[in-house]
Amino acid sequence: MPFHIPGASTSVRRVHNEAFLPSGTRSGSPPSRPIVIAAEDLTKKYGDLAAVNGISFSVPAGESFGLLGPNGAGKSTAMKMIGGVTRRTSGTLDIMGLDPDTHGPEVRAHLGVVPQQDNLDEELRVRDNLLVYGRYFGLPMSYLKPKADELLEFAQLTDKAKSKVDALSGGMKRRLTIARSLINEPRILLLDEPTTGLDPQARHILWDRLFRLKEQGVTLILTTHYMDEAEQLCDRLIVVDKGRIMAEGSPARLIREHSTREVVELRFGSERNTTIATELDGIGERLEVLPDRVLIYADDGEAALEQVVYRGLRPLTSLVRRSSLEDVFLRLTGRSLVD
Amino acid sequence: MSTRVDPGGPADAASAAARDRTFGPLYSRNARAVIARGLMATKSTNWLVMLSGFFEPVLFLISMGVGLGAIVGAVEGPDGTTISYAAYIAPALLAVSAMNGAVYDSTWNVFFKMNFAKLYQGMLYTSLGPLDVALGEIFLALLRGMLYATGFTAVMGMMGLITSPWALLMIPASVLIAFGFASLGMGITSFLKTFQQMDWINFILLPMFLFSATFYPLSVYPEPIQWFIQAMPLWHGVELLRQISVGVFTGATAVHIGYYLVMTAAGMLLTTLRLRSLFLK
Repeated sequence: MPFHIPGASTSVRRVHNEAFLPSGTRSGSPPSRPIVIAAEDLTKKYGDLAAVNGISFSVPAGESFGLLGPNGAGKSTAMKMIGGVTRRTSGTLDIMGLDPDTHGPEVRAHLGVVPQQDNLDEELRVRDNLLVYGRYFGLPMSYLKPKADELLEFAQLTDKAKSKVDALSGGMKRRLTIARSLINEPRILLLDEPTTGLDPQARHILWDRLFRLKEQGVTLILTTHYMDEAEQLCDRLIVVDKGRIMAEGSPARLIREHSTREVVELRFGSERNTTIATELDGIGERLEVLPDRVLIYADDGEAALEQVVYRGLRPLTSLVRRSSLEDVFLRLTGRSLVD
Repeated sequence: MSTRVDPGGPADAASAAARDRTFGPLYSRNARAVIARGLMATKSTNWLVMLSGFFEPVLFLISMGVGLGAIVGAVEGPDGTTISYAAYIAPALLAVSAMNGAVYDSTWNVFFKMNFAKLYQGMLYTSLGPLDVALGEIFLALLRGMLYATGFTAVMGMMGLITSPWALLMIPASVLIAFGFASLGMGITSFLKTFQQMDWINFILLPMFLFSATFYPLSVYPEPIQWFIQAMPLWHGVELLRQISVGVFTGATAVHIGYYLVMTAAGMLLTTLRLRSLFLK
């Protein structure tokens, strides 16, 4: 069955003033990608604490943009400022040409928001949740009724339309929250840790749905601390720590810049781990000793492992793997626990 | 940098409506969506709780008015003529009923939605502004207050306690009383964080119910206490409805109405500012 994609009919973008565009776009090729979010020196302070401390980034339409960072890094605060529900302390923020601080309702008319914690209306049934939410945007019932059915289909909840919200599983609630965020056909979708607390099946279904939205040209802004999620979904991301941007780029570029191509993980048992570092010296580009294992960062993992064996060291287990975003993340934000 | 993107899509109408608002980001003229949500949610309401709010003053009227009234006999009404004790306390109980209905909706219900259901957070992530939410929720409280008032007035009629056609005006007057309590109640609730603090509301309401010249005239108190009672909102409601029930209007009537108009305006202002500072930090 061909899948009907909500909002596909409105994916054509118009720009008010064509003079702003580079001349090439007016002649037809390539399609213009206007900047939909531009943040300059964005800062939010609570008393003396700077939750967001002067971050700048811009997101073109249709991009999937990630904010990565440990807990308390300022990701959610940045999201709230974009939605205009938290006023910034300083800096500028431009969402589709509008300032969310002064034009909150207008900006939010084109935003879809998936908050960290589901805040579905438990007093209403599943389909009514979509209808009522659409009414908050001032949308007419004649538009909302078919739209709600379409979104239930999209969220694979059609047979739950009349269920009570508290009868849904965690994954279903999450999908309903995402469906709800799409009721106004938003141009920008804000997702704050969309898959936290879901089982692997539910996460994969959700990723699939988000990928479809991206294909339709919806701009996705996503916070997460799951690196696999960021690699799956983000075209480009920033790593945020303590309110500042630590790195910016595509997942592949970040891995290239901040890590090696491959990583060798060796376990020698916890007693030997600490003393082994000197014996491994010189292998690979960088060595990291953790309580339970030693990591060798090298462009050729197999070659590095051969050298380890050649030096007569016998790890209990060894593993050669590709460098991941997680390696970059831990390198940039440290391994100590942040609360 | 501000290349204005016209995003298209159905929300454009909402966006356009939001553009020429007078209250900036606070109001998008869509309180009716909040009201529609409230009406839809009543489907899953506990109707027993709803009905208990109606029966409470009726039970008081029967026990005090009919029971106690048998010993008290006739008393002096607002116009100087004598009326039955039941007819004397019935308008006062109606004012209490309006207060209770409005306070229940605007305190406990709002407290729950604010702190547990996170309903308002969700609403304020849409085109709605805090004033839309406040107006919508207060309207629902008033609707409930009006239903109670209409029911109670009907009971008064059936018990033969209505002597003047003016008494029908008690219904809109009850709505005004409810408006004052609902708007102020919602504003005050926004400060409260725990269930213990919510109990303070009852701690204030119960003595106000008992001592606001509900069951006997204000003149029984020494003068300083009279002044204190007269500063409290319920006394003005009791007196206003008592005057209307027999169709007596004096300068005091205007003072009572004025009291509620000011209370309502102050409550709305407080609620809107609080919702903004809570959710649009």
